[in-house]
Amino acid sequence: MSIQRRNNIRVSGRTSGRTVVLAHGFGCDQNMWRLVEPALAKDHRVVLFDYVGAGRSDLSAWQEERYSSLEGYARDVVEVCEELDLRDAVLVGHSVSAMVGVLARAAAPERIGSLVMVCPSPYYIDEDGYRGGFTAEDIDELLESLESNYLGWSAAMAPVIMGNPDRPELGEELANSFCATDPDIARVFARTTFLSDSRKELADVTAPTLILECEQDAIAPREVGAYVHSAIPGSELVTLAATGHCPQLSAPEATASAISSFVADLER
Amino acid sequence: MNPAAGGSDGSGMGLPSTRAAFSALLEDSAEDLYESAPCGYLSTLMDGTIAKVNATLLGWLGLTRDEVVGRMHFSDLLTVGGKLYHETHFAPLLRMQGHLGGIALDMRTAQGAKLPVLVTSTVKTSDDGEPLLIRTTVFDATDRRAYERELLRARRVAEEARAQAEADRERLREALAVLQQSLLPAALPHIPGVETACHYHTASPIELGGDFYDLFPVDDDKRFAFFLGDVCGKGPQAAALTSLTRYTLRAAALHASDPVANLRILNTVLLDRYTGDDPRYCTAVVGLMERSGNTVDVHLASGGHPPALVVRGDGGAEYLSTRGGMLVGALPDAQFVDVHVRLRPGDTLLLYTDGITEARTGPDRELYGYEALEAFAAGLAPAGPRRLVDALTGLLRGFGDGLDDDTALLAIGLPARTDTESENQA
Repeated sequence: MSIQRRNNIRVSGRTSGRTVVLAHGFGCDQNMWRLVEPALAKDHRVVLFDYVGAGRSDLSAWQEERYSSLEGYARDVVEVCEELDLRDAVLVGHSVSAMVGVLARAAAPERIGSLVMVCPSPYYIDEDGYRGGFTAEDIDELLESLESNYLGWSAAMAPVIMGNPDRPELGEELANSFCATDPDIARVFARTTFLSDSRKELADVTAPTLILECEQDAIAPREVGAYVHSAIPGSELVTLAATGHCPQLSAPEATASAISSFVADLER
Repeated sequence: MNPAAGGSDGSGMGLPSTRAAFSALLEDSAEDLYESAPCGYLSTLMDGTIAKVNATLLGWLGLTRDEVVGRMHFSDLLTVGGKLYHETHFAPLLRMQGHLGGIALDMRTAQGAKLPVLVTSTVKTSDDGEPLLIRTTVFDATDRRAYERELLRARRVAEEARAQAEADRERLREALAVLQQSLLPAALPHIPGVETACHYHTASPIELGGDFYDLFPVDDDKRFAFFLGDVCGKGPQAAALTSLTRYTLRAAALHASDPVANLRILNTVLLDRYTGDDPRYCTAVVGLMERSGNTVDVHLASGGHPPALVVRGDGGAEYLSTRGGMLVGALPDAQFVDVHVRLRPGDTLLLYTDGITEARTGPDRELYGYEALEAFAAGLAPAGPRRLVDALTGLLRGFGDGLDDDTALLAIGLPARTDTESENQA
């Protein structure tokens, strides 16, 4: 199976523009970017993809071992870049993908030239001298929440997620499907997302980096944004007038224009 | 029609007093319907700030209106786990779809208790499609979630039990395979100038079969004894019987050089061992072979076993009749029948169990039968033991599910002398 199909890669926008790769976080899939994609596509070549295990990716390619560490997701990003033979692309990573982006850039600096980190957090769990916002018990509670909402997954969602090209009506009936994930896969992604510690990697980031944070974010609070900003030398921090953890949905114009002006600065 | 219902339309609305009672009830104001509804209601701004909440939900959470309205966000009402789920799944989906129903979340009451709820939200938009606020209903799902947890627990238990059962089955399969192997010779001995071949088809990986065979020297590598048979039944009891039969026949062959005598010894042993209401018996063909010059003389005796087949080096195949031989272990004075045959170069003697002749074939699932086996072997003649057994193995495989019994094959033959060989010797 090609990487194209495995990661459900979609390319749109201006072919002569700089390539902007949009990487979704834990929870949903590339649909998370649907409100910012049109604005970005005016000037840039936009690449969307789903991590293996999410959205319309090839679930048969999912391996617990690979996707139990952020490196596994970073390999997906690098392989997507290789598939399209990208050079000097801008990688926009939401939430956990901001940290995946740091790892991907380190692995393929010639392909990924700069980073946009949307609501990043290098570590979610409180520790002496560090406030990530959560305790280990909180993460267990999330896993429980996942479980209770996946009761009907295997019966109702699986055929939709597995892809039923001959029965498109299934996809419409189950409108929540693009945030539905195989519970086993979601559990692994949740653990990897909320238990990985990427603080050490931040100091090694040499790429031009834009950090986008929201005024109020229950998952990545502003002090975490400030931590990331101070840890990455020369990074730029922009606070969006938005609430929640998904400014690309709650404030799409502001998010798209912050990304666009960062890319425009790179061109100068 | 029930005469007590009254009224012409059967609804009871026709009576003036009933109508008055309904009117009084319907004076229930919209405000009261909202505040005291049997579910929680709340409205939030698009950023999640709570703008309106009903008394039912405040009561469940142990909060006052002043603490909540304008001060708290919807996600502040949730447990931390619920908050994470809300931010990563609920809020994005609601933004993208404008509506979201039946999502399981946990709220946290003022007293710190967890309140499992089912939440449905709708985004209210302005006439030009701009999202204005989010309306949410909240249902107490304590009982339902307890039930679901029980279902999940039961599913986990079932999955573990299944995994355990599969592991047990695998262990059983391995143990049975080892046991089955122990009932058969590991390899046939090398006999100078004689070719041998054997095959054992196991019908079920989890049930011990009851077929057996063996071939071994009786003195100085000049004479060899062999046998092949089928005990009644399957499973552990059959395996125990097979074991007893096999070692009895081996020991008997070392003492007596008469196959009929060997079967009599086995008959006595089985009758002695299996008495009363658990009779156990078998069919068997027992043989003794001795090389003499370019031929092998075979003395065979049969107790109720299908006739051995000789495939001739000059073409054709024929059964060696041992009709009249009785089951071994069934009656004290059982009769066994013997026959002598001389194998010449190119001839092959085939012993088999009835798995092959009783296999079902074709659309009518007819017995494969003795005639078909004879014709099959004759079609191969002249065929050495290896070629014959390989061809029969292929035949067995071709029967598919038409073959539901174990099948043992043992072939003994003298290699044909080729023309070149004759010339070289000349």
